[in-house]
Amino acid sequence: MSGWLVCLLAVVRREALRFVHQRERFLAALVRPLVWLVVFAAGFRAALGLSIIPPYETYVTYETYIVPGLCGMIQLFNGMQSSLSLVYDRETGSMRLMLTSPLPRWWLLFCKLAAGCAISILQVYAFLAIAGLYGIAMPWEGYLWALPALVLNGLMLGALGLLLSSTIDRLENFAGVMNFVIFPMFFLSTALYPLWKMAESSELLAAIVAANPFTYGVELIRFALYAKLAPEALLWTALAFAAFGAGAVWGYDPARGLIRRRAR
Amino acid sequence: MSGGGALRVEGVSYRYGAKAALDDVSFEVAPGAFAALLGANGAGKSTLFALLTRLFVPPEGRITVAGEDLARRPRAALARIGVVFQQPTLDLDLTVRRNLLHFAALHGIAGREAERRAAAALDRLGMAERADERAGALNGGHRRRMEIARALIHRPAVLLLDEPTVGLDAMTRRAITDHVHDLCEDEGLTVLWATHLVDEVRDGDRLVVLHRGRVVADGLAGEVAAGRPLADAFGALAADGAA
Repeated sequence: MSGWLVCLLAVVRREALRFVHQRERFLAALVRPLVWLVVFAAGFRAALGLSIIPPYETYVTYETYIVPGLCGMIQLFNGMQSSLSLVYDRETGSMRLMLTSPLPRWWLLFCKLAAGCAISILQVYAFLAIAGLYGIAMPWEGYLWALPALVLNGLMLGALGLLLSSTIDRLENFAGVMNFVIFPMFFLSTALYPLWKMAESSELLAAIVAANPFTYGVELIRFALYAKLAPEALLWTALAFAAFGAGAVWGYDPARGLIRRRAR
Repeated sequence: MSGGGALRVEGVSYRYGAKAALDDVSFEVAPGAFAALLGANGAGKSTLFALLTRLFVPPEGRITVAGEDLARRPRAALARIGVVFQQPTLDLDLTVRRNLLHFAALHGIAGREAERRAAAALDRLGMAERADERAGALNGGHRRRMEIARALIHRPAVLLLDEPTVGLDAMTRRAITDHVHDLCEDEGLTVLWATHLVDEVRDGDRLVVLHRGRVVADGLAGEVAAGRPLADAFGALAADGAA
């Protein structure tokens, strides 16, 4: 087995062990989307009428509509959580230790990213299983198709987290990220309402939603869950991943990046 | 190979904005030597360590490890360095053995080879029977020893330690200092040991004194001290450097 793969598996394993040890985190990761599904969606079901839009072929309930968005939300929170743990790792020095590995730095960062993404996918499937029991089931092949979509969306959001972590000085500043990244990204996306519905109330907001990479991540998952491909969403999610990833590599670049400001 | 020292620092400068942290620092450590890098807090030791471990790269100057240029062949150079940071970096939830295996994996070492090296490292520390304990259950001295063993698992030529005895009691401090001196003598390891504590430096050690980002003394510790207690010599150097 090559050294690169050894490193990747070790980082994924460590992240998984860490996650298993933090049972509260696992519960929180599950409870959050379930609350949205069971409480929020139930409340809005009557208020929001959804017409039939792709990928749906029949009228769907609001609960059904927001399931892909909640999958995206799990990954969004997880991406930010990984970013938080990176800042923490940097403060405790374990990130520095990792960066002394002779493997290329971009690969080390990718290992971190892949580990976070794997954890988020576990959470999503646990959520989908519970949603299925609750009565919101997808076609079986949708669960398979969702996997590559979740991988890409998880990598894209993880890369965003990585990029942010290279710019955050201290753990205490993390609350700002929650307010200025997670909430706008989630609410100004198609996770909770379709784009045409948003356009009815505000053209400007609809334009922002259409420019939000998270929108495309969610749509990619939504179509995949019905075993359909959304090429535009695929393209934009992939481009966003490339852009955030390049930014993160830059942020952690020893010669130019932002990391050097905080060595001491 | 550029020959000469196992660790060479040539004309390295570094600034944080307008503040110079390192100013034209040069020194060389011969293979198998124990070199103490002595300096008060704020002398630039941590910045130098950040550069030596390539956390970031210096705009000026050159660092070579076992003949490998850290800027031009960073991966080859990093493979020859073992590092013990000032802050403990063990994963306290994992067992002692898992910690070692995880680090080996970061260097691309896995499977039986990794198991063998971890077992050998624990044997050397006399900690073989504690391999399955959580790292969090170890006392401070044992944790530090483990970090040293971990830093050696990929068989580096040069071991860098940044104030490795911070927070330990006098006896443990002594034991760790002796342990690393032994490694140096028995296994031909090159050591750079940063500290602000003069009592960790022996007369026969190579000594580099850093003050406000400049090298103010470089030689055998006994010669730098020149008959005085090293603490006095260090105080005098710092006073000269400040003037």
